[in-house]
Parts: sequence; C-alpha cells; structure tokens
Amino acid sequence: MSDATSTVSTVSNANTFLPVVPEWRRTLNRFLGHRGLLMGSIILGLIVVLAILAPWLVPHDPYLQNISQRMIPPVWHEKGSWEHVFGTDKLGRDYLSRLLYGARISLTIGLSAALISGLIGTTLGVLAGYFGGRVDAVISYIITTRLAMPVVLVALAMSALVGGSLQMVIILLGLLLWDRFAVVARSTTQQLRDAEFIASAKVLGASTTYILVRELLPNILSALIVVMTLEMAHAILLEATLSFLGLGVQPPMPSWGLMISEGKAYMFFKPWVIAIPGIALMVLVLAINLVGDGLRDMNAPEGRN
Amino acid sequence: MLVFIFRRLLVAFSVAITVSVVSFMLLHLSGDLAISIAGPESTAEQVEQIRIDFGLDKPMVYQYFDWLWGAVQLDFGRSYYFQDTVMSLISERLPVTLTLGALALGLATVIAIPLGVIAAIKQDTWIDRLALTIAVIGQAMPSFWFALTLIVIFAVNLQWLPAGGNESWQHFVLPAIALGYYAMPAMMRLTRTGMLEVLNSDYIRTARSKGLNESTVIFKHALRNAVIPVVALAAVELGFMLGGSVVIESVFSLKGLGQLAWDAITRNDYPVVQAVVLIIAVFYILLTFLADVINAMLDPRLRVR
Repeated sequence: MSDATSTVSTVSNANTFLPVVPEWRRTLNRFLGHRGLLMGSIILGLIVVLAILAPWLVPHDPYLQNISQRMIPPVWHEKGSWEHVFGTDKLGRDYLSRLLYGARISLTIGLSAALISGLIGTTLGVLAGYFGGRVDAVISYIITTRLAMPVVLVALAMSALVGGSLQMVIILLGLLLWDRFAVVARSTTQQLRDAEFIASAKVLGASTTYILVRELLPNILSALIVVMTLEMAHAILLEATLSFLGLGVQPPMPSWGLMISEGKAYMFFKPWVIAIPGIALMVLVLAINLVGDGLRDMNAPEGRN
Repeated sequence: MLVFIFRRLLVAFSVAITVSVVSFMLLHLSGDLAISIAGPESTAEQVEQIRIDFGLDKPMVYQYFDWLWGAVQLDFGRSYYFQDTVMSLISERLPVTLTLGALALGLATVIAIPLGVIAAIKQDTWIDRLALTIAVIGQAMPSFWFALTLIVIFAVNLQWLPAGGNESWQHFVLPAIALGYYAMPAMMRLTRTGMLEVLNSDYIRTARSKGLNESTVIFKHALRNAVIPVVALAAVELGFMLGGSVVIESVFSLKGLGQLAWDAITRNDYPVVQAVVLIIAVFYILLTFLADVINAMLDPRLRVR
C-alpha cells in the first residue's frame, strides 16, 4: 500500500517540479496540525512519564499510614501545606503519592486489557472477514451474543466469585471487551479480502497464515490502533467502577476508583478527596480519547466529524 | 418484510438462549457455589447440606435445563438471601429501573439532538466546539464519580434535590441526569455527523433552491433523515443504560433492578444474579431487534440481508 502511494507521489512530483516532501514529514505536519491529537499526546505522554518515574518522584511512601496526619487538606486550601500537596487520606497517606502510583495501575490495566481483548477480537474478526460464509456466520453470532451480555453486571458477578485483584481485573476485562476489535477487524478485512495484493500473494503460493499475518494485518493495523485507544479508555473506566464498588483492585492499592470509594464517606465536608482522583481519571481518559479521535482523523482526514 | 422480521426474531431468540447458557456457565464454573454460599467459616457437612438443598449436587446440564424450564415460565426459583421468589423481587424492582432508563434516555435525547443539529448548522464555530467539548468530557467522566459530584453539589450544598432513595419523582432527577449524560455524547455526535452529511446532499440543495425557508429545510427535510440512525442508537443505548443502572442505583440507593443485582452479587445470591443478567440481556436483544425493524422499515435497502 505505502509503496504504491509513494510511487504515485514521486511521479506527480516529478511532473510538477514541486520539492519532494518525505512521507514522514507530511505525517509529522499533520500530527502537529491536529490540535486535539497534539494536546492528547502531550497529556498522555506526561502521565506515562509520571507513572514510570513514580518511585523516584513521590514525596512520601504511598502506603505509609500516619494517624496523626489524617485528612490534611490540599495546598490551595487555607489549612494546606506544601508537605502534602494534595493532602492526605483518612489513614494519613500522602494523596499525591497515591495518585501517582494509581496512574501506574490505571495504565497497566488499560494497556494489558486492551492487548488481550485486541488479540481475541482481531483473531475472530480477521477470520470472519477473510473466510466469510459459515465462519463469518458463527463468529458474527458470537459477537452478537457478547454484545447482549451486560458488561458491568457480568464483570461484577465474576469478580465477586473469583475474588478481585489486579490480575483478575485485567483478565476479566480482556475477556469482555473484544467486541469492537472483532467488528472493526471483520469489516476492514472484508474490504481488503479481494484486493490485488492479497490475490498476488495467493498466486505466489503464500500460506493462509502468511497472508493473514504478514499481508493483511499490517493494512488493518491503523484502524485497530484507534479501537485500542477506545478500549483502553473503556477498560480504565471499568476498572475504576469495579474498584469503586469494592470488587476490583483491593486495598491498600491506590487505584483511583478505590480512592474515590474510600473518600466517599468524607465527600460532604471534604470534597477534594473524591474530586482529585476523579479529575485524574477524567484527564487520563480524555487524553486517550483525544489521541484516538486524532489518529482516526489522520487515517481518514476526509471523514472528520 | 415479514420474512425479515421472522428471521431476525429467530436470531434474537437463539441469542437469548445462548446468553442464558453462557451466564449460567460463567457463574457455575468460576467457583464452587456451595462454598461461596456457605461462607468461609462453614464446615464440610454444612457445605454438603447446602449443595443438596440448592440442588447443586446434580449434574450441571440437568441444573441448567431445570433452570431454563423455569425461566421460560417466568419462574426463576427462590432467592437464597431474600425470603421471596426471584420473580416477585424482580417485578417489584423492574418498574423503578425502567422509569430511570426512560427518563435518562429522554433527557439524553432532548439535549443531544438539538445540540447535534445546532453544532452541524454552525459547523466550526464556537457553538460547535462547545458541543464537541461537552461530548468529549462526557465520554471521559466516570459515571459513578459524576453521580457523586451531583450529590455533593445539588443534594448537599444547594439542597435542591434528595441524595438517595425512591419515594418521589425528585429522587429520580439526579440519577436520570447521571445516567443520561453517559449516553448523550454518542447520540450528539451521531446527530451532528448525520446532519452534516444530509445538509450537503442534493435534495437539500433542491429544497433550498425551491425557495423554502431555512427552518423548513432543516426540520422537515434534513433532520428527518439524519435522525434515523440516532433512533437505532437510542434503542441500543437504553439497553446499555439498563446494564449501567447497577452503578448509578447503588450510588443513589435507588431500589431498582441494578441495586437488586448489586445486593445479590455481594451476598452470593446466584438465582437473582442469573435472572437479572438474563432479563437485562433480553431487554437489550429486544431493543436491538426493534431498532433493526425500525431501520428496515425506514430504509428498504436494509431488508435484503
């Protein structure tokens, strides 16, 4: 695909004597020209760096309890201090430190769950789209069934049975959130199934596995990456919901959903205890969604909405 | 058309059966129900007794068909925890959740469609940007956190509305906002894209060149076509909302189906969990079926497949 387009552009460039702009420069310019994508990437990048460097950045141990330092308000509050920028929770643990460690949990869960569901959904979708017929009918039926199952409810019931933990949440969400991957992989594969490069690979005697993995997959990857961002955001919100309801990541881990749940009893008089982790969740999901929307626009600039 | 409806109905029915099998399997395979029900401090004899009392000693296939036979007669057995049949618990709670869902959907539609239309007419102005910003933020906000924030602002600080319970219509306002805001962004975006597409079409240009005034063009000609996919989406969103009601109802302690499911999950009351999962799935299947039929009635091209 990319070979074909670059050949065309060199030919037209040669004809009109325009200076040759390399492909990556054009991509970079479009990236920088898309405000949402740029903003989302900067925020997301910042959160990722903060999460990775958390052990060296945090001012306090996020698990260290200090009963004499309970419920200290954040620094912008009149009783706040720079010692605890975002204050402390009901056990005297530093809120900023917990927030930074919480970013690690959210990002780990979002990425791992999206990878697992991506693997399941892409496999199903590609097989359905490429083979069509009976395979397609069976897989479409599986997708319809999955869509009919209420995700939040099933996730809650399952984690109540198997017991909540970081690994369980990842596996559960990975097993539940593959539907959009399957739908997108199926329709993009259907569009490419009869393309010439697939036909020529067949003529050259390539095996079906080779065609699917080496010829087809790279061409539907950009669409899948967009779905990946959506499902990452989805998984992060669902983890927060499960942890908020007490059936996800367990205490004392600093999951943002759990922090909101622990702060719930204090929210009437000390609203920052739920405001801070809530805003953190919103900013992270917002950044991921902006990146996803931006990537979709980059893939199909004419289909902007 | 009748053939189309019949075929879709057949698929809908078999999906419902498959969902019932899957939810039954998930709950029975993810742990030993008898041990979960008996609790951690019970003896082996007590567990054995519970196994026999609840019929959990019989083969799984037998248990499933026994349950299914009851389910088609709307008999879901007795609750383990509540001293009542599952069916009477559900028929008591279902109206609350349906009211909440209808209110939330109504609210989302009333906001999303006008906002989408205005954003499309005033494309690329500040109104359009504002509408998109509201949508993007709505998609990033965790629903339980938004619900808590509403409680802090409107129930505690302003004291306009009650924070929880379901005694009067006022009790439904905040939950409906929290649930509706969740469905609004997708509907608004779809209205906007639909309107943009329609407004650039030939028949709108014809309508304008006939000298019709702008409001007739927009409301009688454009909106009618742009709104078709939104109707289908609304049906699907209502299905999602019924699933999402678990979270909202538990935050507002609204005694609906979601709260019942939540109580049942935390108390290992599996007959109730299974029944609620199946009922919500059946609602979703019915709603998507209706959406398909409505779409096919409005657009004959869809009847072919």
